[in-house]
Amino acid sequence: MTANIPALEIKDLHAWYGESHILHGVDLTVNRGEVVTLLGRNGAGRTTTMRAIMGLTGARKGSIRINGNETIGLPTHKIAHYGIGYCPEERAIFSSLSCEENLLLPPVLKGARGGDTPGMSEAEIYEMFPNLRERKQSQGTRLSGGEQQMLAVGRILRTGANLLLLDEISEGLAPVIVQALARMILMLKKKGYTVVMVEQNFRFAAPLADRFYVMEHGAIVERFAASELQAKMPVLNELLGV
Amino acid sequence: MNFDIGIPLPALLSQLLLGLVNGAFYAMLSLGLAVIFGLLNVINFAHGALFMLGAVLAWAGMEYAGLNYWIMLLVSPLVVGMIGVVIEKSMLRWIYKLDHIYGLLLTLGITLVIEGVMRSAYGVSGLPYSPPDALQGATDLGFMMLPNYRAWVVGASVVVCLATWFTIEKTKLGAYLRAGTENPKIVEAFGVNVPLMVTLTYGFGVALAAFAGVLAAPVIQVSPLMGQNLIIVVFAVVVIGGMGSIMGSIVTGLALGVIEGLTKVFYPQASATVVFFIMVIVLMLRPAGLFGKEK
Repeated sequence: MTANIPALEIKDLHAWYGESHILHGVDLTVNRGEVVTLLGRNGAGRTTTMRAIMGLTGARKGSIRINGNETIGLPTHKIAHYGIGYCPEERAIFSSLSCEENLLLPPVLKGARGGDTPGMSEAEIYEMFPNLRERKQSQGTRLSGGEQQMLAVGRILRTGANLLLLDEISEGLAPVIVQALARMILMLKKKGYTVVMVEQNFRFAAPLADRFYVMEHGAIVERFAASELQAKMPVLNELLGV
Repeated sequence: MNFDIGIPLPALLSQLLLGLVNGAFYAMLSLGLAVIFGLLNVINFAHGALFMLGAVLAWAGMEYAGLNYWIMLLVSPLVVGMIGVVIEKSMLRWIYKLDHIYGLLLTLGITLVIEGVMRSAYGVSGLPYSPPDALQGATDLGFMMLPNYRAWVVGASVVVCLATWFTIEKTKLGAYLRAGTENPKIVEAFGVNVPLMVTLTYGFGVALAAFAGVLAAPVIQVSPLMGQNLIIVVFAVVVIGGMGSIMGSIVTGLALGVIEGLTKVFYPQASATVVFFIMVIVLMLRPAGLFGKEK
């Protein structure tokens, strides 16, 4: 039915923070059920791209279609309802909320159009991240870094969003937790979620992604599929210094 | 019966009650200020004027439309709440990104307009307003006479304050509010209509002030200046309690009312300054206030 409409289709996206022009015409398409990774150096505009999708930058121009719906002119609070969940780099766990309140905070999206992936139940999320169940009543920011990251990702899985924007979820975490997150991404993919990741940790992202985009100076400079990864390594080394 | 301190117990208790009544007003007003500051980042100087407006509306309802106290106890906060919604949508909305001082100046300006209009309409001599029949008189508790209306004021405001506390700390709506206070942008990205929440929060905060105003109408003289006299002390209460905590502002409000009342008994000369004296000490020892979190 809606299978051939991309989950996310960005055309000629420009975004500003105040006077500074950060994104210079980003073009990006993510098909349903794909895992796509945005690579690039710090400051290349990857986080800004995610924030611009959510309407969290200053002025925006261009086109952002989420599950087929144009959202460029919408206020931030309406955008999520087109079926998108955002996990910011800073995790944004609320200190005045308990772990459980944090998990239950994002409202279940009513208008999640084309939502063929129903949100996970609380029990499913606790099954995936048992630590969170044990720490239900703890203050959100008293959790460890890894637990906070699980919470930040877990809470957007409840809402029925089928397009997930995950910004640097592996950053600064112990290897065992990074592995748990990698298993989670594979599981989400199996369940039909569409995932866009910003990753610095190339070794985390490389085996997970179907396709890669490379950003530099606020624009996409390279795009290739996972199968081309080996052939592209020299270019990547130059672009990323990995 | 006399204590060693030489104050007759009934006199002490009646001052204590008077202190609690004032404390109840401090608590309701500082609670509203704290909730508004938390989400809007605006120091709402207009709070005193809207408290006054609540009381004047109660008087006007009786005077012009024959609406009694109980009706106005509902209508007045609703009307003032709606005025708050208009103020937020038409003016405050534009200054959130600016320094606090702009919010303070804007709301001070709004205060001057409201008070000026009321002053030219009603002058500055008080308007008479008596408590409803059901709450007139006093109850003999054996050891003191308890004026019914004052007991009602304390009871009603404690209930309202606790209900507000419960809503903010224990419900889903309150979780949105707390999260919005910390990081409104992310809450909005989750699909919560934060701008609407901000508008309604301001409306609720000032409705609380109007509710306090109606409660105050029979005990403080209804006058365009009644808010001015109170709001300065309320700001001191907010500074003492700290902005961070809802329960903190309730407890601080009541406690300072009582301390003020007791000062009237033991050292009347200091009763007008004791709150500010405490403020100075608290600021020296805990700059963020008794319940505030250091940022």
